Amino acid sequence: MTVTTTVNGVECTVDVPPAASLLTLLRDELGLTGSKNACEQGECGSCSVWLDGELVCACLVAAVQADGRTVRTVEDLGGADRLHPVQEAFVAAGAVQCGFCTPGFVVAVADLLECDPHPSDDAIREALAGNLCRCTGYSKIVAAVHLAEGTAA
Amino acid sequence: MSGPSPGTLAEALEARAAHPEAVPIAGGTDLMVAVNFGRLRPEALLDLSGIAELAAWQRRDGAVRIGAGATFAQIASDLGEFPPLVQAARAVGSPQIRHRATIGGNLATASPAGDALPVLATYGGDVLLASVRGERRLRWDEFLVAPKRTALAEDELIVGVEWPVVDGPGSFAKVGTRNAMVIAIASVSLQLDTQARRVCIALGSVAPTVVRAPEAEAFASDALDWDDPQRPLPETVAREFGALAAAAAHPIDDVRGSAAYRRRAVEVLARRALAWAVDDRRAAA
Amino acid sequence: MTVLTRRGRVGESATRVDGVPKVTGEYMYGSDLHAEHLLWGVTVRSPHASARICRIDVAGAARAAGVACVLTAADLPAARTFGLEFADQPVFADGVVRYSGEPVAVVAAETLEQAQLGADLVSVEYEPLPAVTDMEQALRPDAPLVHELGNVLRHVHIRHGDGADADAEVWVDGYYETAMQDQAALGPEGGLAVPAADGSVDLYVATQWLHVDRQQIALCLGLPEELLRITLAGVGGAFGSREDIHMQIHACLLALRTGRPVKIVYGREESFHGHVHRHPSRSWIRYGAMRDGRIVVADVRLLLDGGAYASSSGPVLGNAATFAAGPYEVPNVLVEATVVYTNNPPCGAMRGFGAPQVCFAYESAMDELAAKLGFDPLELRLRNAVRTGSVLPTGQVLEGPAPVREVVERCRAVPVPPEEPREGRDAIAYPGGAGNVGRGEALKRGVGYAVGFKNVAYSEGFDDAAEATVTLRPSAEGPVAVIRTAAVDYGQGLYTVLAQIARTELDVDEVVFEPSSTDSGSAGSTSASRQTTMSGGAVLGACREIREALVGGQLEEAISRTFTYHHRPTTGLDEEGQGRPHVSFSFAAVRAVVEVDEELGLVRVVQLAAAQDAGRVINPQGAEGQVEGAAAMGLGLALTEEIQLADGAIRNASFTDYLIPTILDVPPIVSEFVEEPEPDAPYGVKGIGELATVAVTPAVVAALRAATGRALNRAPVRPDDLVGIEPSLRTSGRPPVPDVPGQRPIPEYHGLGLGQQQLMKARE
Repeated sequence: MTVTTTVNGVECTVDVPPAASLLTLLRDELGLTGSKNACEQGECGSCSVWLDGELVCACLVAAVQADGRTVRTVEDLGGADRLHPVQEAFVAAGAVQCGFCTPGFVVAVADLLECDPHPSDDAIREALAGNLCRCTGYSKIVAAVHLAEGTAA
Repeated sequence: MSGPSPGTLAEALEARAAHPEAVPIAGGTDLMVAVNFGRLRPEALLDLSGIAELAAWQRRDGAVRIGAGATFAQIASDLGEFPPLVQAARAVGSPQIRHRATIGGNLATASPAGDALPVLATYGGDVLLASVRGERRLRWDEFLVAPKRTALAEDELIVGVEWPVVDGPGSFAKVGTRNAMVIAIASVSLQLDTQARRVCIALGSVAPTVVRAPEAEAFASDALDWDDPQRPLPETVAREFGALAAAAAHPIDDVRGSAAYRRRAVEVLARRALAWAVDDRRAAA
Repeated sequence: MTVLTRRGRVGESATRVDGVPKVTGEYMYGSDLHAEHLLWGVTVRSPHASARICRIDVAGAARAAGVACVLTAADLPAARTFGLEFADQPVFADGVVRYSGEPVAVVAAETLEQAQLGADLVSVEYEPLPAVTDMEQALRPDAPLVHELGNVLRHVHIRHGDGADADAEVWVDGYYETAMQDQAALGPEGGLAVPAADGSVDLYVATQWLHVDRQQIALCLGLPEELLRITLAGVGGAFGSREDIHMQIHACLLALRTGRPVKIVYGREESFHGHVHRHPSRSWIRYGAMRDGRIVVADVRLLLDGGAYASSSGPVLGNAATFAAGPYEVPNVLVEATVVYTNNPPCGAMRGFGAPQVCFAYESAMDELAAKLGFDPLELRLRNAVRTGSVLPTGQVLEGPAPVREVVERCRAVPVPPEEPREGRDAIAYPGGAGNVGRGEALKRGVGYAVGFKNVAYSEGFDDAAEATVTLRPSAEGPVAVIRTAAVDYGQGLYTVLAQIARTELDVDEVVFEPSSTDSGSAGSTSASRQTTMSGGAVLGACREIREALVGGQLEEAISRTFTYHHRPTTGLDEEGQGRPHVSFSFAAVRAVVEVDEELGLVRVVQLAAAQDAGRVINPQGAEGQVEGAAAMGLGLALTEEIQLADGAIRNASFTDYLIPTILDVPPIVSEFVEEPEPDAPYGVKGIGELATVAVTPAVVAALRAATGRALNRAPVRPDDLVGIEPSLRTSGRPPVPDVPGQRPIPEYHGLGLGQQQLMKARE
């Protein structure tokens, strides 16, 4: 079926199987492989994107549900020559190891800081409860959030 | 199935009747898991997420009606006057999940572990259904028939839940092996109705469906001092209440937990919930 | 942007070299790769743990829409089996399946959905056979045989001094179990095989050791190794799960057969079936001590469940056996350690490699002994700790630094967080987190310690050398160092460390990396906490040669040197388990502070403090990150992680029911490093990636015992155990010691050595 959706500011029309997920649409149809497929069930947050400005797991959104809506992915946050403060903070704080969870975390943290510019540690942990990391033990991710809140606009 | 997704309930009901093979999807947090794992391969989807009227809620005539499309994020932020419901919403997954998962989805999936279901049961709520043939309502326990099975007709959609507003404190609690992102091993929802002088308690994940605990309720309703909110809850009453609640559970051993632990968890949660309700009532007075 | 140009030399917290593409989403993992006209491959797996394959009918699948190719064992062109140590694992199950999840066929189609539908149409008729799914059952004479050569894969016997026969005044005798843990790397298995017109194949894959992959794959393709080029794709974590072959042979076979690129990516559920797991263990351990606290006897019977195929079970057992008495000077030691074949999913390398299982047993036993002797638990450790010059149960003399006392003292000195008020906390600050289960009822704090140790690099006579090529190139902006290494960095920050070494040795700021591929010589595996030492040593050696070549001169044109670094030689174990099996050792002490809701049996870990013997810290921020991640994995084994099996089938192959710690489960972690340089190692480094995993599990369980008074002899600890519903595990006694021809894995006595062994021995 045909889905027309605006992804990172660009309107795209793609053909997808009827029950394909938004994640499949982003990765396989649009080549936006920044959002990852690590669990296929919304447990790990590595496919976190914004749908009409709301933080969601793209693997749990059917592609058809993005029809007529806007999607924003990690690719829109910044590129190598102009990083978003959250992206900079993750690198600077040592919060990136294998990096597979990183795009999902970066999106979730950017979302958190938009709602709560100076979150407590408890608020950070509760907000990121749906983002799993296997490499870092999370300590430096929390540090990255604090680093980003200091530098975010 | 082609064409734009329905924007109104009426359009959705037409589509449901005309295309019974199209699987309704709102939040997708249960359905898409089945699709992603290849357990379900729908030929078409009926997207309900764009129907604004389904997400609305209102208070009227001493009752509250919450649209099936209300997400747990919306519930957590807007429905603060119902602490058990907000606590259940907050216990659901993550922000990503809460932005999508709906109370209607909890009902449609009908897992005994659905977080909002014990709350609905505590309030004795009704499930509102509609089709092109008209509207009807079923009591929650008439709707939730068996694990993952409901009384929903093939052409029906869940449009909302409704329950009478009661005056009094309450809570929701759920036990899982880790501190976040867990499917409940056991859950308990409790509500005091100070006008009717009743204690209502419902249990999740410890029976084929969510269940109330009528003997525990009768005992506590009788044992509480309704006239004197300052009166502390006797330890013996709390323990007896917990034991009766646990006796109403019929849990199984499964990959998430053992039956014995589930019974123990219900006993503890029920005892604590009653104590909190009494404490909250004292604090409010 | 200043922080991102923190280039850093040895000893400084340099910025990660691959950090930027990872935060922008541009970094390409094996599962992100794409090629024009690619086909998707999907694997068909056995649901049975043990069965005969009566018939496979692929006709329906082959006819299905979009399906280009279906392969089974009948289509194999060359070697039919592969394996890290012994080629005992079939590419496709051949007449019989030995574990639930074993590959039986593979389907390639135009789209992933078509491949999945095609896979569903492969019709396999099985005749279930008796399965052996318990490791003690496997040792019984009437047990079904997983392989013809018997169910014992390896038995190691170590006898030191008078073995178990010496006298002691006080004894403890304990039984301990650890469950099957999964590496659960976030990045699933994935790769792309691209065939070339000349019959060669380019494979892009997420893996841990390119060259040992190539050796196995080439044999199964019937190709000389030069016609199989492997280039490393981004790896989303590994922790041991990418050491064995996963989708590589299947993808290459399909690519060669169809003439098109083939991509295979495992979903999460399949990933659980598609890689090895941590060996579940059962330990029977006796310590005998004198009343003054000196331990004089250690008597250990250890049993590991290796599952259906050998993988690296032999070395895992060897490791576990040599560490089974703990980091303590014990004059009389007997260790009888066995790993068996069963019809459970195969087990192999996972962070710690046998050391976590025995650490749980010996540290639990040490706490029992301390209680019985009336000693403070840490004082008992310090009383008996090994030090430089100590003789280990294998007779190996501890030649390098062994700062056990120092790591214990540093750990103990970390301030314990003050107790929080019981009431009035936010809901998530209670055990049970977001579940809102408590307002401060029944909370009890507990503190526990554990000391652990493990080796660095490979053992028992293997020569796991590492090669690296460094080129120093002049440029307008100043000299640039180019590093070419086949070493895999799957997140630990190896490339950053190598860059720091090159910057320090060559006094440059710019370091770039060429892609890692089999065009270079082998760098060995990224495992065993070895790469900083081995590839670091190779880069260091190459840099020094460049400096020598440049002495007195200017850099006119590019100068390149290739260096192969070898660690000091080790030996195997003789018939009494004596030898010099390990290169070097490192030690860690961990303290866990926990808070338990005693009525619900739920746990909140308040703090983990880990003091580690690191030799020399090259990148402090990176080193902390490694300890923190390792600690989280140890915490998982202590509290929530377990592959649950029913008749050999995995019941919880998803992240819903295989519970890795979330950010609400892992507390702040304090790491301390003791730096006593290891002689003969580059900069004196030791490995750091595994130790916290080894010692955190017993520390957390010790803290839980302190909080609840429960015996707790199994990891992970469940709420049932903490509330006392589940009694302590019982055992019917030590299983008999098998009669084996020697200390080596049994397949070796049948002439089946291959894989890593051949690769490393051939280099002599």
